[in-house]
Amino acid sequence: MHLVVCVKQVPDATEVKVDPVKGTLVRQGVPSIANPYDMHALEMALQLKDEHGAKITVLSMGPPQATDVIKRSISIGADDGRLLCDVAFAGSDTLATSYILSQAIKEIEKTDPVDIVFAGKMAIDGDTAQVGPGIATRLGYSLVTYCLGIDGIDTGRSVIKARRQLEGGCEVVEADLPVLITVVKEANEVRYASLPDLIKSIRSDVTVWNKEFFELDIPQCGLKGSPTQVKKIFPPPPKDVTPEIMNTGETGLDEIANTVAEAVSKAGIL
Amino acid sequence: MKKSVWIFIEQTDGKFNDVSWELLGKGRELATALDAELCGVLLGHKVIEMAEEPVYYGADKVFVIDDPLLEYYRTQPYAHGLVALVKEYKPEVFLMGATYLGRDLSGAVATHLKTGLTADCTVLNIDEETKLLHQTRPAFGGNIMATIYCASARPQMATVRPRVMSMPDRDASRKGQIIEAKLGLKETDISTRRVEFVCDPSTSFRIEDAQVIVAGGRGIGDGANFKLLKELADVLGGVVGASRAAVDAGWLDWSHQVGQTGHTVRPRLYISAGISGAIQHQVGMEGSDMIIAINKDPDASIFKIADYGIVGDALEIVPALTEAFRKMKGESG
Ligand SMILES: Cc1cc2nc3c(=O)[nH]c(=O)nc-3n(C[C@H](O)[C@H](O)[C@H](O)COP(=O)(O)OP(=O)(O)OC[C@H]3O[C@@H](n4cnc5c(N)ncnc54)[C@H](O)[C@@H]3O)c2cc1C
Ligand SMILES: Nc1ncnc2c1ncn2[C@@H]1O[C@H](COP(=O)(O)O)[C@@H](O)[C@H]1O
Repeated sequence: MHLVVCVKQVPDATEVKVDPVKGTLVRQGVPSIANPYDMHALEMALQLKDEHGAKITVLSMGPPQATDVIKRSISIGADDGRLLCDVAFAGSDTLATSYILSQAIKEIEKTDPVDIVFAGKMAIDGDTAQVGPGIATRLGYSLVTYCLGIDGIDTGRSVIKARRQLEGGCEVVEADLPVLITVVKEANEVRYASLPDLIKSIRSDVTVWNKEFFELDIPQCGLKGSPTQVKKIFPPPPKDVTPEIMNTGETGLDEIANTVAEAVSKAGIL
Repeated sequence: MKKSVWIFIEQTDGKFNDVSWELLGKGRELATALDAELCGVLLGHKVIEMAEEPVYYGADKVFVIDDPLLEYYRTQPYAHGLVALVKEYKPEVFLMGATYLGRDLSGAVATHLKTGLTADCTVLNIDEETKLLHQTRPAFGGNIMATIYCASARPQMATVRPRVMSMPDRDASRKGQIIEAKLGLKETDISTRRVEFVCDPSTSFRIEDAQVIVAGGRGIGDGANFKLLKELADVLGGVVGASRAAVDAGWLDWSHQVGQTGHTVRPRLYISAGISGAIQHQVGMEGSDMIIAINKDPDASIFKIADYGIVGDALEIVPALTEAFRKMKGESG
């Protein structure tokens, strides 16, 4: 089996700050991490590899330092990685990103056919969850989103059985291979690298592909290939209310409680 | 052909998702600004009998594809049906709910149509000059807002979470046009099949549906103290919500969590107790009609967005509120 896992490097959202004057993101000094959902996707692939044997190729599009997320993936068991890196890719929205990633997967398939592509449920920098369905649509693969686990692979019939997390319960589906699976956090616990594997991965070479390495229609890439544009970014506006503040140190509890109850009743809420 | 604004009408097993009506409400505003007609698109099996419902919430027309292959949601047949309709009728704007289903479907449809798609918008409006849809959404954990537009590809697609837009009134006297279309697929064209669906009642609690929410945070101090919040919620006919800190502490499960990584709620009344009001919490509840915040720290950020703020110990104030509401209800019978 050949599994491809899409891993994106993202700024750690817990550390992102906004410049209060310019209203822009302060990215400087913000650590980059592998998108957490993508690590759960990788873990799902690794468990298939442990059980059935498989080759895992990690695919990432991003700036040169995104090799870090590929090395991190190799340190816990991925076999190989490709970084798609070119100025022509910069500024891609989800439509252009899914185009570039799917063209790279087509190139990879030429030498080594792919059975399953894994992606995270979403990337935490944009929270869009669009790239996975986009890649599946472009490649004509089956799509299984919000995957909690794979229950079986029938290589004879070329189908997998998987569980999906949905509102109100869990759906068990059967999907023909090849399939694209997006993975939720609840699916598994991501393993840690052993020290020797970590050291080995740091020294490993990551293959970098620029736009010359695979077939691409350049107008569909980057800013030019992105139908959506950002008009402006700004800090969340403060709410336009003048709160009525009461303090139990100054006003009796009963009085406060009655004031609030009356206000609620006046607003016709009860 | 007159311009149109389309809303995907989401239903599961014959039950509509309210987000569809919320989007029809917003869609009406957009349609007016564009001088366009407002259309619902309803896909499923045995849904033709239900096709008038979107009209009652404001649709001028409803496109319907009723087919056994659409009995439960699958990406391929749903996307196939929608893409064919869009190609034929060419809407300007196409909105869907940012639900499990809507996020899966919108990504596939936008890719087929090679158009732009903006997820989880909180503000949608038509720019007066350009007549383009301005789509505003939070990014980076709610730390920043971005306004996005799609200049030339059509339709301009966006998803919106449940309870972000307000619910329009239902008017059963409205009249509209129902237009049926064919799916034109066979089962063998589809590469996924449902084996079974296992209901999990713990995930069927929907905090989004509550009209009154009494939410507690780390300041409640202990899971057992949540019974005080439950008592207040019961008197008000509401439910209990939680901050992420309270959920992480194991006091309540995730279905109760309000905020960026929890649920967006828009109740008539939101009472928060012992919640600091971090931006990631605020984005999930700031649309509430009335906010009452209780916190012992007078500088807590939650007070900036509250209509009423009570500075003091939640463990004293919450029971006092319960008592006051109980008394009031007793008096009014
Ligand atoms: C990417 C990201 C996503 C997130 N998503 C969410 C989300 O979806 N929802 C969410 O809620 N958070 C979310 N958070 C976490 C958020 O940033 C805050 O950490 C969290 O909301 C804090 O919860 P809290 O207010 O209960 O706890 P704290 O911040 O610890 O606040 C407790 C408050 O209780 C008050 N207090 C203490 N004792 C009492 C008392 N006896 N009476 C009255 N008041 C008292 C204190 O003054 C304090 O203000 C997210 C964070 C990140 C980075
Ligand atoms: N630049 C990228 N490189 C590799 N994978 C990506 C990239 N962007 C998105 N993905 C994959 O698509 C998933 C969904 O991303 P998004 O649609 O941006 O929320 C991620 O979890 C990744 O698996």
